[in-house]
Amino acid sequence: MTKTYRVHNLDCANCAAKMERALNKLDGVNSASVNFFAQKITVDADDPDAVMPAVKKACKKVEPDMEIVC
Amino acid sequence: MSKSKKNLLRIIICLVAFAVVFSCYLALEDKLPWWGWLMAFVVVYIGIGYDVLWKAARNIVRGQVFDENFLMCVATLGAFALGIYRGASGLDAEGFEEACAVLLFYQVGEWFQSYATGKSRKSIASLMDIRPDYANVKRGGSAVKVDPSDVDIGEDVVINPGEKVPLDGVVVRGSTALDTKALTGESLPREVSEGDEVISGCINLSTQIEVRASKKFYDSTASKILDLVENASSKKSKAENFITQFAKYYTPVVVIAALLLAVVPGAITGDWSTWVYRALSFLVVSCPCALVISIPLSFFAGLGAASKHGILVKGSNYLEKFNRANTFVFDKTGTLTKGNFAVVKIMPEHDAENVLRLAAVAEQGSSHPIARSIIETYGKAVETDYTLTAVAGAGVVAARNGDVICCGNDRLMAQNGIEYVKETGRGTVVYVAQNGKFVGSLLIADEIKEESRHVVGELNGMGCKTVMLTGDNEAIAASVAEEIGLTGYKASLLPQNKVEEVDGMLAEQGKRDVLCFVGDGINDAPVIMRSDVGIAMGGVGSDAAIEASDIVLMNDDLRALPLAKRVAKKTMAVVIQNIVFSVAVKIAILILSALGIANMWIAVFGDVGVAVLAILNAVRCLKINAESSARVPKSAV
Repeated sequence: MTKTYRVHNLDCANCAAKMERALNKLDGVNSASVNFFAQKITVDADDPDAVMPAVKKACKKVEPDMEIVC
Repeated sequence: MSKSKKNLLRIIICLVAFAVVFSCYLALEDKLPWWGWLMAFVVVYIGIGYDVLWKAARNIVRGQVFDENFLMCVATLGAFALGIYRGASGLDAEGFEEACAVLLFYQVGEWFQSYATGKSRKSIASLMDIRPDYANVKRGGSAVKVDPSDVDIGEDVVINPGEKVPLDGVVVRGSTALDTKALTGESLPREVSEGDEVISGCINLSTQIEVRASKKFYDSTASKILDLVENASSKKSKAENFITQFAKYYTPVVVIAALLLAVVPGAITGDWSTWVYRALSFLVVSCPCALVISIPLSFFAGLGAASKHGILVKGSNYLEKFNRANTFVFDKTGTLTKGNFAVVKIMPEHDAENVLRLAAVAEQGSSHPIARSIIETYGKAVETDYTLTAVAGAGVVAARNGDVICCGNDRLMAQNGIEYVKETGRGTVVYVAQNGKFVGSLLIADEIKEESRHVVGELNGMGCKTVMLTGDNEAIAASVAEEIGLTGYKASLLPQNKVEEVDGMLAEQGKRDVLCFVGDGINDAPVIMRSDVGIAMGGVGSDAAIEASDIVLMNDDLRALPLAKRVAKKTMAVVIQNIVFSVAVKIAILILSALGIANMWIAVFGDVGVAVLAILNAVRCLKINAESSARVPKSAV
C-alpha cells in the first residue's frame, strides 16, 4: 500500500536524497521516495501507518527541522 | 517575516559588517595585534555562520558526518586555525578575512539557491494547479462551501464563473463554457449544457451551473491526474540514478583526497600551512548540491512543461526513454483515424445530392454505423412514408407507390439485375439505384484525422519509423498508409496479433532503440503495456488507458506527440549540460586548488555558483513552444 505525505521545511536536495536512501533501508518499507520539489514523501509499505514513527525518525536524523504532515 | 527574508536581512547586515571590518583591516593592519583582528573577524564569522556551526555540531552528534555544514565549518575554522598558527609563530597572520568571506559567499549562494529552487518549484507546481479548493454543495436549500472530499455522489454542486469544477459529474442546470486548458492543453473552451458530463479541474468561464456529482473527489479526474503527476518523480531516470550514486561517493572521496593532500605533501615538504590551506579549499567544493538539485529539477520542469500541454508523463524515466524513441507504432482506428464512419466520396451518375438523398431515404431505419454516417452526411429530413425491406447481407430496398430505391452492395445490384459502375476504394462502397436505374455510389470510410499526416511527417523527419497496425484488409491499410505517409503497415490483424506483431518488433530492435505504441487505450492495453513506451490518447475519463500507459495524451490530438518529443529532447539536453558543466567545473576547481592556483574564494563559487547556474538552466525546460519549428504544409492540414 502506498501513501503520500506532505513535508515542511525540507530545504536541501541532497538531504532529500539522503532521506530517501535511509527510508529505503527501513524494515517494513518496500520502497520510498522523497520528492524535494513537490515537498512530498511517498512510502510504499505493507502497513504505512505502522512504519511512520520509524520514517519520521529516519528523516529527522538527516534534517531535524523537517516535519511530516499526516 | 518569512524565513527567506530574515536570512537575506542577516546576510546583508553581515555583508556590511564584513566590509567595515575588512576595510579597517586593510587600512590599519599594523595598528592592532593579530589577535585583535582575529576577534573582530570572529564576531563577523559567528554572525554569518552561527546556524551553519549549530547544524554541523548537531549533525555530528546524530552521526551525519559528511554533511555540507560540517564541511564548511571544517574549511573555514581550518582557515582560522591556520591564521592563528601563523600569527602565533610570528608570521603574517592572514586567512581570517578569507574564512569570513567564504562563509558569507556560501550563505549568499545558499540563499539564492533556495530562492531559485523555491521560485521554479512554485512556477512548475502552478502549471499543475488543477486541485479544486472547495465545493459549493446544495444542502437544505442553500449552497454550503465544503471541502470537495466531503461531497457525496448524487449531491448537487453550484459552480460560479471563475470557479473550478470540484468533482466529475453531469450538468443538471444551466449551460456554460469550460476552460479545460489545465487538463488537456486545449485552449478552445468547451461548451456544456444540461445533461453533459463535466470533469473536475476545468474552470467555469461564463455562467453559473449546477452539477450532480457522479464520482467522489478521490475518483474524480483532477485527483487522479494530480496523483499521477505527483508520483511521476518516484520513477527515476537513469540520469537521476547516476547522480544519486555519484553524490553518494563524491563527498567521501573528496574529503579523503583533501586529507591526503594535507598530510602527504605536507609531511614531505614540511610546508604544512600551504598544503592544509589547499586541502581546505577541497572541502568547500565537496558538496554535490548543484547536481543533486538541478537534475531532478530539470526533469520536474520537463514533466511540468509536458503537462501544461496536456501530456502526462508518468515518470522521468519515460521522458528519458521517449527522447530516444525511434519507432512509433500506431493503432489505426481512433488514433490515426477518427474512428467514425463518414461519406468520404460521392460518385454520381448525374446528381450527387440526389444519390445521397436516396441513400438516406433507404437507410433511415437502420442503426448500422454505415447507415448512420449516410444519414448524418445528408443532414436533412427525409420522406418517411417508404416501406423499407432489409435484404440480409446485401442492403435495403425502399418502396413507395411504385418508386423503388435499391441501396446496398454489389450483390444487391446483381440480384436486381441493375447495371452499375464498379468502384473500389479505401472503405465500403454503397451503390444506389432508383427504379432499376443506377444513380451512383458512395464511398464510406473511417475519416483520417486532419493532423495525422502532418504529425507522421514530422516524426519521419525526426528519423523515426512510423508503423500502423490495423484489422482492416490489405487494400484499405495500404491506401491509408500512403495517404498519411507512414513508413510501414501491418494489415488484417486480430487484437491478439497486434501483441505478437509488437513483440516481434521489440525482439528485432537494437539495444538503444525505443518502440512507442500509440493507441486509444480502449482495447489495446496489452500492447500499450508491452511496448517500451506506451502512449494512450484521449485519456480524460478512461481509467484503463491511464492505468496501462506510460504517457497519456489528455487531448485526442496527435500533435501532442512531436511536442512531447521536443519536451523530452530539450529536457535531456539540459540534463546533460548540467551534469557535464557541474562535474567539469568541480573537477577543474579541485585540480586548480591542488596546484594552488585557485583559492578558497574560487572554490566557494564552484560550490554555490554552479548550483545556481544549473538551477537557472533547469528552468529552461519549462519553455517549450507549442508550435512546431517545421512549417506546416498547407496540403497537410
